[in-house]
Amino acid sequence: MTGRELSRRRFLTGVGSLAVGFSLVPGVRARQAARAGAKPPSPGFRIAETSDADSLSWLVLTPAAITIHSGKVELGTGTQTALTQIVVEELHVDGRGVQYVQGDTRVTPDQGTTAGSKTIQNGGPQLRSAAATAFQALLGLAAQRLGVGQDELVADDGVFRDVHTGHRVTYQQLLAGTDLVLVADPNAPLASPDDYEIVGKPVQRADLPDKVSARFRYVHDVTVPGLVHGRVIRPSGRNATFVSIDPASLARAKAIPGFIQVVQQGNFVGVVGTTEWAAIQAADPDTGVVVNWDDGQPLIAQASLPQALRDPANQYASVEMVNVGDVEQGLASAAVTAQAGYFTPFQMHAAMGASCGVADVRTAPDRATGIQVTVWSGTQDVYALRGAVGSLLGVPADSVQVVYEEAAGCYGHNGADDACADAALLSQAVGRPVRVQWSRQDEHGWEPLGPAMAHDLRGGITDGKVVAWEHVLCSPTHNSRPNGNRGTLLAGALTGSLPAALPSAPGDTAGRNAPVTYTFPNNHLVGNLVRSFETTGATSGVPAAPLRYRFLRSTALRSLGGLSNTFANESFIDELAAAGGADPLQLRLSSLGDPRAVAVLEALTDTWAARPRGGNGVGAGIAFQQYETEFTYVAAYAEVAVDTGTGQVQVRRVVVAHDCGLVINPDGLRNQIEGNVVQGVSRALKEEVQFDERGVTSVVWEQSSFHPTPQYSVLRFSEVPEIEVILLDRTDQPAWGAGEPTIGIVPAAIGNAVFAAAGVRVRTLPMTPDRVLDAMRDG
Amino acid sequence: MPRSVTRTLTLNGKQRKVRVDDDAEDLLYVLRDQLDQHGPRFGCGVTQCGACTVLVDGEITRSCQTPLNSVRDGASVETLDGLDAHGSLHPLQRAFIEQQAAQCAYCINGVIMGSLGWLRQRQASGNTAVPSDAEIKAFLSGEAPGFTRNYICRCGAHNRMVRAISSAAAEVLS
Repeated sequence: MTGRELSRRRFLTGVGSLAVGFSLVPGVRARQAARAGAKPPSPGFRIAETSDADSLSWLVLTPAAITIHSGKVELGTGTQTALTQIVVEELHVDGRGVQYVQGDTRVTPDQGTTAGSKTIQNGGPQLRSAAATAFQALLGLAAQRLGVGQDELVADDGVFRDVHTGHRVTYQQLLAGTDLVLVADPNAPLASPDDYEIVGKPVQRADLPDKVSARFRYVHDVTVPGLVHGRVIRPSGRNATFVSIDPASLARAKAIPGFIQVVQQGNFVGVVGTTEWAAIQAADPDTGVVVNWDDGQPLIAQASLPQALRDPANQYASVEMVNVGDVEQGLASAAVTAQAGYFTPFQMHAAMGASCGVADVRTAPDRATGIQVTVWSGTQDVYALRGAVGSLLGVPADSVQVVYEEAAGCYGHNGADDACADAALLSQAVGRPVRVQWSRQDEHGWEPLGPAMAHDLRGGITDGKVVAWEHVLCSPTHNSRPNGNRGTLLAGALTGSLPAALPSAPGDTAGRNAPVTYTFPNNHLVGNLVRSFETTGATSGVPAAPLRYRFLRSTALRSLGGLSNTFANESFIDELAAAGGADPLQLRLSSLGDPRAVAVLEALTDTWAARPRGGNGVGAGIAFQQYETEFTYVAAYAEVAVDTGTGQVQVRRVVVAHDCGLVINPDGLRNQIEGNVVQGVSRALKEEVQFDERGVTSVVWEQSSFHPTPQYSVLRFSEVPEIEVILLDRTDQPAWGAGEPTIGIVPAAIGNAVFAAAGVRVRTLPMTPDRVLDAMRDG
Repeated sequence: MPRSVTRTLTLNGKQRKVRVDDDAEDLLYVLRDQLDQHGPRFGCGVTQCGACTVLVDGEITRSCQTPLNSVRDGASVETLDGLDAHGSLHPLQRAFIEQQAAQCAYCINGVIMGSLGWLRQRQASGNTAVPSDAEIKAFLSGEAPGFTRNYICRCGAHNRMVRAISSAAAEVLS
């Protein structure tokens, strides 16, 4: 975050600089291009100084520093380090002193949401072309300065050297006399992977030294002059509406030292105090404000979810996603057929740190900058949040500055944006900068969740070949991220706005990894979209009224529909293997044509061959997927021990084979894959959002006398398996993402291992002891 | 009505005086808001995750549920902020970097400070052996004798953290 305040204009004051900015490379948003007035890329194209050049610069080189302006943000996954490696490699510098400015609507470009394992995949090539463009410009300047041809120069550690004469010129010398603004050229020559010195090396994380020594500043640590603290008093339920504030409790709150104000707008009720403690006390019904609510429409009961998701009355669209051959005919002709239903519950991001946001809302825009609202957030998309906050406060988006500050790992769209919106609304109301730190109960109780899903599969197998395959999935939305509509923020919904319309197709959200990479002659896939809230008609995804949820609010959780779809697909192919007497690994291999898909499975062949025999409580399973059926290939082997007396599943060992193309940072990549495994095991064995007709009841981590019902528990240190990672590095291939491909296959690998160990198929997540015992009883 | 309270604490070796209007205010907020400490963080507020961990008179303490009135006047408080106070990183901090034992690192305060307190208490009780991985995991899961608090890491850097603690333990115990 160092250098955030540095404006590119400061560089253009005679000290010399080279800035490489926005271009029309794929993946960059058209609206940004339109706003920037960018023209088709050509090297040396100069952006008019009147354009908003600050927000365009990806890369600024001065004699003093190299600064990367990244629209992709560091979510704790190590991408800052990896993206810097890419830039340093193309610039032929040693990487010392490279500054990284990220996620600030005033000084970084709009590179879309930091999500979906797309930072290295999409953000990497953008930065690489910017760096390569800068390098070509420096090369041209060096050739001119030394009076030689460009091909007679070599660059190393920021110095050009004439291979014949040994004459040298440094980047600093070249930059000192330069004032260039270039558009990144996607065709700029790139360094050859054979010559990589930094890409492919396990460079240590740039952020860890500050993080281990408490010098790092998270969004929770942001402070501005005059900052006060807010809390939101949550309604009694998801659909509850405000009735009144108990007058005696208000008087009590006002007596709290440091109390400032109660803010009520519609169903949004918040308190503000001079200290965080004062705000906590004022928001606590035992010591502060008591609000009376009307519970409103009840949610559909948790126990009925598997049926309710499948109920056409709860669906507004049914989309055929794949239809190859004739499944009915395939089933009729198959030697053996099988069918099975699967279910995964609502799960949560459950960030380690409860969300926090800081907002400074002024009464008028700053004359110099035009900024009226500044917010600090751990959001995944500063530009999207800018539009949403502008809409929430009734000010133009251009007058809102959103500054990214790292939060605890988010794993998708969690409470970060909503906490920031809470702060914005409270700041506007009290006319002072406000920090809102969500409580754990706020986070667990109100963060947007990964939705429950139900799947019905049918298939047939003949002579070791799958001859028919059908998958029908039912899912609420996996995307309710903020956009220009205030109703996409919790504070907007509470103040009366409608949520965004539900998606018209499963696409790559509910439908992610629902299609299989396998080639089956008869293959049918249908996605049924579930109505999260009351809509304007039977086939409409448009909300009918505010706060009329049938199911809990849901959104993007790591891998979206991919985890549930792959749990169903990769469990069911095992069921077909068992029914048809085929080896699970061989059946997968023989159904795949893509050599890279085959290679990740073959990388597990030896492990698979040496697996426990199974049947005595110890067993192994495998699973495979190609992320989004288009990108990273990943296969996993899981070994489990099942206590047949208690039903307890212990995952002992997981081996992952992973091909995401070119590896930028092998240790960072392993760290990501290990994290995917741990979270995957946790979601497979433990995680389930508990709720009643009003809302979430699993609001802390563990059951206790204060929270006597089941809570949202995640994997403990003692439950984490031994993890081995096999990287298939493809230096001649594009670098794809690794943030979530692996998590999708972990539950299926475990389920398959449980089957091998105990002979029972658990088709519902999480595989709790009770569910395992139930399966054994039914088995 | 809340009662105010003042305390003089020895924070990372230096005397600091604090006052709160409400003596029930938890130590976490005092440390963060008055004493500029950023190691202890708010994670859950109900002692279930470890993010707020500090050492009070050497005892592993979840500062989110430690009212200032329960802290004795003159108590010694150690935080992650003070661990490298003498200019060089503590062996545990070095090991976490060496093992790249974190992702978002929000949990790292609790894991490091908790482990430090645990290793010291083992040593004080006469056990100077480097703990096994199983012992480290048991401690961090609240399953070690006398240590019932769980430490949560949500990103999944668990095995790296266990390796880091294991590799630093000999130096910490020396």
